[in-house]
Amino acid sequence: MELSGAEIVVQALKDEGVEIIFGYPGGSVLHIYDALFQQDDIHHVLVRHEQGATHAADGYARSTGKPGVVLVTSGPGATNAITGIATAHLDSIPMVVLTGQVPSALIGTDAFQEVDTTGISRPCSKHTFLVKRVEDLAETMRKAFYIATTGRPGPVVVDIPKDITDPTVKIPYEYPRNLKMRSYSPVKKGHLGQIKKAVELIYNAKRPIIYSGGGVVIDNASGSLIDLARELGIPVTSTLMGLGAYPASDSQFLGMLGMHGNYEANMAMHEADVLIAIGARFDDRVTGHIAHFCPQAKIIHIDIDPSSISKNVRVDIPIVGSVKDVLNDMLRIIRESGREIDNDGLTSWWERIEAWRGLGCLCYEQSDEVIKPQFAIETLYKVTGGDLYLTSDVGQHQMFAAQFYKFDKPRRWINSGGLGTMGFGLPAAMGVQMAHPDKPVACVTGEASILMCIQELATCKQHGLPIKIMLMNNGYMGMVRQWQEMFYEGRYSHSYVDALPDFVELTKSFGHVGMRVTKPSDLEAAMQEAFDRKDELVFLDIVIDPTENVYPMIKAGKGHHEMAMSPALKQGDQR
Amino acid sequence: MKRHIISLLMENEAGALSNVSALFSARGFNIESLCVAPTDDPSLSRMTLVTTCSETVFEQITKQLNKLIDVVKLMDLSEGDHIEREMMLIKVRAEKEMREEIKRLAEIFRGKIIDVSDNSYVIEMTGDTDKLDAFVHVIPEDHVIEVVRTGVSGIARGVKSLTL
Repeated sequence: MELSGAEIVVQALKDEGVEIIFGYPGGSVLHIYDALFQQDDIHHVLVRHEQGATHAADGYARSTGKPGVVLVTSGPGATNAITGIATAHLDSIPMVVLTGQVPSALIGTDAFQEVDTTGISRPCSKHTFLVKRVEDLAETMRKAFYIATTGRPGPVVVDIPKDITDPTVKIPYEYPRNLKMRSYSPVKKGHLGQIKKAVELIYNAKRPIIYSGGGVVIDNASGSLIDLARELGIPVTSTLMGLGAYPASDSQFLGMLGMHGNYEANMAMHEADVLIAIGARFDDRVTGHIAHFCPQAKIIHIDIDPSSISKNVRVDIPIVGSVKDVLNDMLRIIRESGREIDNDGLTSWWERIEAWRGLGCLCYEQSDEVIKPQFAIETLYKVTGGDLYLTSDVGQHQMFAAQFYKFDKPRRWINSGGLGTMGFGLPAAMGVQMAHPDKPVACVTGEASILMCIQELATCKQHGLPIKIMLMNNGYMGMVRQWQEMFYEGRYSHSYVDALPDFVELTKSFGHVGMRVTKPSDLEAAMQEAFDRKDELVFLDIVIDPTENVYPMIKAGKGHHEMAMSPALKQGDQR
Repeated sequence: MKRHIISLLMENEAGALSNVSALFSARGFNIESLCVAPTDDPSLSRMTLVTTCSETVFEQITKQLNKLIDVVKLMDLSEGDHIEREMMLIKVRAEKEMREEIKRLAEIFRGKIIDVSDNSYVIEMTGDTDKLDAFVHVIPEDHVIEVVRTGVSGIARGVKSLTL
């Protein structure tokens, strides 16, 4: 088979099993777009801004586990994609981003729409390639997919100069299926000796806890985690990224940990004697002040990425390997040993945990007058019966969703945890909806976040994506306002978004359904109507209490045991 | 804080060197010298890198380097017996009585004078970093015109090696 460079790009995507790509055309990728035009296997989703393309591909990847693919042009096309690439990088999301580049002969001349794409994307991607010869194109495509999807996944950028895709130059094509790279061979199996040591430590633990992260979701290890936790009967807490890997409605689940985590989860971390960290990376939003982090615990850390181990916190038993493989090995060793776990010790541990849980740290003051954001998420959970793909933007609404929506399955909670990218929610929901056309998909957002990628409402119209947008409209950048209230004596510097658009009319102008709800008593019916309109995008402008804060909270410099609790909790209940 | 010499093999490809240097700046790692050239296998480059840091930071440096896709293999030379060398080309003012004095100093340090003009020498010298520093210090400051150093390159003693 003889193909041009442009045809090689398209054929390689087919050979990788790619069905959907997200992109935006421009001068340097016109040859590739022409090749796309002449085939029907790959569905191209035209976005309205390249940031939207990367977030959509990211949402697609998070909700399926398959790599997301992006195609954008050189210069501004590539720079617009950077935020989405960095977002995927920090959350270890497999993505292949194809960027056009000016013709090879013009590289370095400050040509029209030229930018050093590999240079800009290097620090925020897993790897970058600049294709120098059309003969290297097929192998580079294979390498990009291989690197993006194996080991600790991440975005890979392939920068393709226009002359490489010249339709008049045809070369023989064969896709290199069995690729071997001497410089890249991610481990899979964990070291058995280390795993045995970890099991021994767990058997001797009096107050163990599992701290589960996004790696469990990424490695499809949810089943193994559930089996292990149930086998041992020990508590599980999760990071923001790991929500859904362990069912939130299960009694062994303590909720999210960290800055806005549950009191019982953070207290259990503080008091634990053995911490089992699984596919988590001890992020500063999780640990609080490092000096106060798990002061009594021996730490077992399972992660595919050796550089995550002992980066922020020294660990006692590191296990490098695929989370799923290591958990399965652990389970096998435990089951084969036939040893009983010390139930007496665990009983008193669970008693303490239940006492912390009894505090009800997520309580808030309900109102008949104004919709509380917590109540809005609770209502969303009720209306959807927990069966929902929920994407989020960044801010208070993200934390409320993480606290109040009980995710029982992995890959259902889609949010930018690492980079904290406002504008992520709507385009990510497009990717999710493209991947799951028949499933309910909602995006919880704020009026500040949604405006950052609002143009994608046009993409939703063009591709018929019936996303439900749940706008928590408090007229503020809520999280910024909360910090200014707490740490800047209420000086609300530029956190008030005056001159907001009428979101209902705005949505209608894009050809969608817009609705507004202001009374708590109307909320459930409004949400129900939104989800009943199965084939339409519904934008629900939910006017919420402008002054609600996210609690509980670990403030800067504090440890897990020093949480600030909601004023809604009675004074006497606070520690 | 300890001085480490990392010897590493990486793919001889465009961007590989940038990946390494960008890593050091992005993560705030200190880098003292960096010396890189293709090996006998032209598809591979060897880099020798000197850094001074704590053990915790050094662990991160090696892990992060290993994580780079282009890096094939690396070792910490300073962990075992090793030889390190650096080459220096130093241009010095050599006039009147100093002509003889500088020639003598160069001989003591086993340097070679490889260029001579009416009023200057270029001296080639190899050795470890301390030796080269010492030589620069014995030349009166106003006589030093230019110093060009390669950065440290090194190899392990005995049969131990960093090869594919």
